[in-house]
Amino acid sequence: MTKKYTKEHEWIELKGDVATVGITNYAQEQIGDVVFVELPEIGDSFSAGDNACVIESVKAASDIYAPISGEIIEVNEELEVNSALVNEDAEGNAWIFKMKISDESELNDKLDEEAYKAIL
Amino acid sequence: MSELKKTPLYELHLELGAKMVEFTGYSMPVQYSLGVIKEHNHTRQKAGLFDVSHMGQAWLIGESQSKVANQLEKLLPAEIEGLASGKQQYSQLLNENGGVLDDLIVTKPAEERYNDRLYMVVNAGCKDADYALMGEKLNGVKILRLEDRAQIALQGPKAVDCLAKIVSGVENMKFMTFKCFSYNEHELLISRSGYTGEDGYEISIPENIAIEFTKKLLEMEDVEPIGLGARDSLRLEAGLCLYGNDLNETISPIDAGLLWSIGKRRRTEGGFTGSKTILKQIKSGVNKKRVGLNIEGKMPCRAGTEIFVGDKKVGIITSGGFGPTVNRPVAMAYIDKEFSAIDTDVVLKVRNKEIIAKICKMPFSKKTYVR
Repeated sequence: MTKKYTKEHEWIELKGDVATVGITNYAQEQIGDVVFVELPEIGDSFSAGDNACVIESVKAASDIYAPISGEIIEVNEELEVNSALVNEDAEGNAWIFKMKISDESELNDKLDEEAYKAIL
Repeated sequence: MSELKKTPLYELHLELGAKMVEFTGYSMPVQYSLGVIKEHNHTRQKAGLFDVSHMGQAWLIGESQSKVANQLEKLLPAEIEGLASGKQQYSQLLNENGGVLDDLIVTKPAEERYNDRLYMVVNAGCKDADYALMGEKLNGVKILRLEDRAQIALQGPKAVDCLAKIVSGVENMKFMTFKCFSYNEHELLISRSGYTGEDGYEISIPENIAIEFTKKLLEMEDVEPIGLGARDSLRLEAGLCLYGNDLNETISPIDAGLLWSIGKRRRTEGGFTGSKTILKQIKSGVNKKRVGLNIEGKMPCRAGTEIFVGDKKVGIITSGGFGPTVNRPVAMAYIDKEFSAIDTDVVLKVRNKEIIAKICKMPFSKKTYVR
């Protein structure tokens, strides 16, 4: 299992051809108290960089991009009832969606943990 | 970031671990370690302390209070001449079309030594333009900007007890009154007012004792520092207008439902900038209205969201977000008058979704002013 990061402050964990995606702990700190997560729909297809969902704090809405191309196969419905989980456990239980990816090589230009920490 | 202005409390914000952002040219705390929701709730339950030093305080000095008031009535639609001693009045600076250039508070001090002046506080983003306009239009009035003073707001049900511990006598003040107090031989200008819908005070402090005084309050168990994030959610729940969002040069105080702030005498006499339009609007009504929205579900609907009835666009949200006290989305909007009745069903278009809402009264949370 590999965990990668994007410059847009998302994490991606790849297991086989399924990528689990969430926002980083740094991102949740920047966003502040999350009050709503608008999840994508299962079956939605995205290209890398597409707008996949929205995280809303008290004050503002933040777009979350699909870090990699693929199809949504699962969303974290827990976030619909407990959006504050994003603040509590952004890189664990508050994963946002899982996608079946179409091109694993898209992960090559993503950051490893060390490279991600260097841009913060 | 280096060109951003700093308030006298800047170093204290850093010490308190605030997250600083740019706001109207100042580096200001948007939140502290509690975060927006806890800061919001703390203010409603106990006492929240806000740095509002960026706002524009000034003395308007003339031959007498009544002469300054008389001049000021050329620019403001409020009753200033008849304002009782020691009281404050909310009003708006208007343009020729009756649009709002800024909203502000004007105060008539009761202290003998200040019988030649009024005290004013205007919005940070407008202060230079406001005072330039007043300088140009008010005859025989000297504008003395109080740039050597900080200002804090202490808001919430515990504000009175906390402030009274270090400034005895504030507990006897009523809502929208003003008094000068001495603190270690420094002068504090204190009003029982604020912008959260809670009881509380706004306190003008000489900048050289601002940090020391503010720390005295923050040392109390019931007081927490509160950032701009919660300031916005608090005022929105209270149904109060934010200049730049809910008020601007194309909106009149009548559109905004602020007729209550226009003096009775002035509604017939006029004689202020924009009065031709305003008097006509008072007589024959306006075609849009400021309303609240009861939104179904949990998704916040932000400023700029369009409002529909059927296929017809009937309005727009000017402030919208999440209200921690009511624990649901809250929004303020302008809507065509014919669709502005309470409980009218409307649809909000957010991204590709249609959200159902009803027109409602404001405030969303009950005000607790001490009158």
